Amino acid sequence: MRGISSWGAYLPYRRLDKTQIALFVGQGGGKGTRTVASFDEDTTTMAVEAGRIALRRTSVMPTQLMFATVSPTYTDKTNATIVHAALRLDDSALCIDLGSSVRSAMGGLILAVRSSGVNIVASADIRSGLAGSSEEANSGDAAAAFVICDETDAPLAAEFIGATSATEEFIDRWRAPGSQRTKTWDEKFSEVTYAPLAQSAWKKALQDAGIQASDIAMVAVSSPSARISSAVAAKLGVARVLDNLSAVVGINGAAQPGVLLALLLEQSEPDQIVALVSLTDGADVMLFRTTKHLPLVQPDTTVAQQLACGAPISYGRFLSWRTMLAIEPPRRPEPQRVSATASARNENWKYGFVGSRDTTTGAVHLPPLRVSADGQRTDNMKDAPMADVLGTIATFTIDRLAYSPSPPIVFAVVDFDGGGRFPVELCDIDADEISIGARVRMTFRRLSITDDIPNYFWKATLVRTP
Amino acid sequence: MASHGIKDQIAIIGMGCTNFVEHWNLGLDDLIVNAANECYSSVGIGKDAVDAYWLGTAQGGMSGITLARPLQLQNKPVTRVENYCATGSEALRQAAYAVASGAYDIAMALGVEKTKDSGFQGLNATPPPNDGTGRTLTAAAMFSMVTPAYGKKFGVDPNELREAVARVAWKNHYNGARNSRAQFRKEVSMETIKNSPKMAGDLGLFDCAGVADGAAAAIVCRAQDAHKYTDKPLFIKALSFVAGNGSGLTDPAYDYTTFPEIAACAVDAYEQAGITNPSKQIALAEVHDCFTITELVLMEDLLFSERGTAWRDILDGRFDLHGQLPVNPDGGLKSFGHPVGASGLRMMFEAWLQLRGEAGADRQIRTDRTLALTHNLGGYPGEMVSFISILGSQLG
Repeated sequence: MRGISSWGAYLPYRRLDKTQIALFVGQGGGKGTRTVASFDEDTTTMAVEAGRIALRRTSVMPTQLMFATVSPTYTDKTNATIVHAALRLDDSALCIDLGSSVRSAMGGLILAVRSSGVNIVASADIRSGLAGSSEEANSGDAAAAFVICDETDAPLAAEFIGATSATEEFIDRWRAPGSQRTKTWDEKFSEVTYAPLAQSAWKKALQDAGIQASDIAMVAVSSPSARISSAVAAKLGVARVLDNLSAVVGINGAAQPGVLLALLLEQSEPDQIVALVSLTDGADVMLFRTTKHLPLVQPDTTVAQQLACGAPISYGRFLSWRTMLAIEPPRRPEPQRVSATASARNENWKYGFVGSRDTTTGAVHLPPLRVSADGQRTDNMKDAPMADVLGTIATFTIDRLAYSPSPPIVFAVVDFDGGGRFPVELCDIDADEISIGARVRMTFRRLSITDDIPNYFWKATLVRTP
Repeated sequence: MASHGIKDQIAIIGMGCTNFVEHWNLGLDDLIVNAANECYSSVGIGKDAVDAYWLGTAQGGMSGITLARPLQLQNKPVTRVENYCATGSEALRQAAYAVASGAYDIAMALGVEKTKDSGFQGLNATPPPNDGTGRTLTAAAMFSMVTPAYGKKFGVDPNELREAVARVAWKNHYNGARNSRAQFRKEVSMETIKNSPKMAGDLGLFDCAGVADGAAAAIVCRAQDAHKYTDKPLFIKALSFVAGNGSGLTDPAYDYTTFPEIAACAVDAYEQAGITNPSKQIALAEVHDCFTITELVLMEDLLFSERGTAWRDILDGRFDLHGQLPVNPDGGLKSFGHPVGASGLRMMFEAWLQLRGEAGADRQIRTDRTLALTHNLGGYPGEMVSFISILGSQLG
């Protein structure tokens, strides 16, 4: 038996109140909110965060990583290798990107359950559109990750029952590579095309599994629009349809099937059949049966918690973060391009936030040092992985002069539990929120991008509880 | 472990210092030529009489050629040194040691920086290619973390502490206003200082040093030869340097209320000079007031004030131009300006003027003490270099 061992969904901290859009642009927007990835996040960093949540609930080491997004930071070069480095997966793992269409995300999940070994499947998307467009208002940014393996590898929270697909070529929504604007045909055309595809895949899934729709406790439908999702869901015959979060999070593109599957598992009881239907250039259905292990592997960071913790972002700042509105930067030099060779040498530190611990004194060095703090011993160190260690703010400042794509910089000296100090930038924080003694955790971010090379490293963020 | 020093072995026999301002019409070479020529004239020798040169510049250029070309030196040894904001002091230190070693009879140290050609605010350094994980914070932000930490540790009311650091800026502007070579020559009211826009943390615009272009130079020779060139040489009593190992950034025990590198440097300098009671023996101090809170903490690290009391000594006027121990009588970095590579030698230039009684009626300090201290730091709290010199007008 194969299935899901653990999972994680990641929602960025900021929420755009969509009523702001029309006030600014004179058109677009609507009711509700959408999630907004920060200026220092990209699909890769969000996939890392989802992957970290998933891996904290399992003991297995993935041997295969698939990362699906429609908004990759690199093309040609693999983005999944960055996720691999930040998650500190084994060097022997296969790491691939899946793209460049939304469907690749659901496809990754299906490939993983049909594959062998321990897989981690991550998906992430940052979605927007032109100012005032429905795409901008209805989308949201998110990521999800699933550890998929055999029951002999690790206890399964949800056993895979089956997957079916129905495929048809039709021009529904499209985007030229590199463009910020997704274009759409007539939504009614999409709806009438998706409905029979969904029915076809759904019937076959039930048939293959030898079950009735009434046997299914809950279904989640992922599609390019809330309207198509509800129209299709209404005809599936399942008692409970999962709220697709379109009013608070938005439609997440490649991340949506994963986010909804995570929420499905979050809201399920053990020993239930649940279904995920994804409509993108066809229809894909996955069926799972939850197990007694389900409550034990519920993530330490749930979708519900993240929904409760968001904070508002102004529309102007949202536009600047999506590079739709250029704002005046501080008059300071822009960041240099990072050195590929230095980054490769320091992979554990840069991507994994691994310091060194003096095996004699126990002192933690961030960044890692070869020579002990008293200068007496060389190479008397072991790895000190600090990415999941919480810390406390010893002192802090607000830098209004330093270069940042979104000034000012909130900066703190962080003392980690069990030893180690690191002065580090904070993210997802307003300047008046910081205080000495506040608790922080580390998060993987993109500090800058120069010469098309993103500079990934870690920042701290407040530990927030709903 | 030994730090013997070279007390009374070496003398400064001449100095030069350009105005420190935004020299839009002068380049690095002009600044070098102007400071060097003033320095040669003050000794009364030509450039050929100088056996070896040390150039201090943080970013002005690489190698000794940066000095040899504008001065058109003929087959002279020139060494370019860099040690953060202590670069100019480092040049003097190397020149003095070279003469003390017997390798040369006469050496020049020249510090220079052309900061205003970048088009950016503040000081900017270009790091070597790296993995992108280093801090990109401004110096102002790093030093701004000292103020709340100091107030908390010593229980100083934030308003009183704000008053004390504003008083540092007020004093240094008062002094700079009387100095024709200073960048900012206006007195500034306490209200203006306290209400200036915030740059980082609680540090406002008037808490930050001025950024200027400038150059300063000194010529040294053996002490026994000094009176051949001048009736009033300055004798080097101590040259101390500490390069921090960055432990303050990673050691949870560091509390941002002191600069340990400077405290260690001060102990070494006082031992070299045989000083046992610095606040009673020193006539004036030129210290690295890159930010107002920095000068406050320096008063304690240099042992001028007891721990936790410098803020009160500042408010009492102890370090004013005519206080018990004038600090930064030339205006300091705050008002005189800070061309990185030149600042250390500019501090010594003020010691040169004051101990020789040549500062001018407006700002000459009144004292019978004969020792001056200059102090330079570079870097940030937790990771800095420290330089201290002690100079005296008398032998012994």
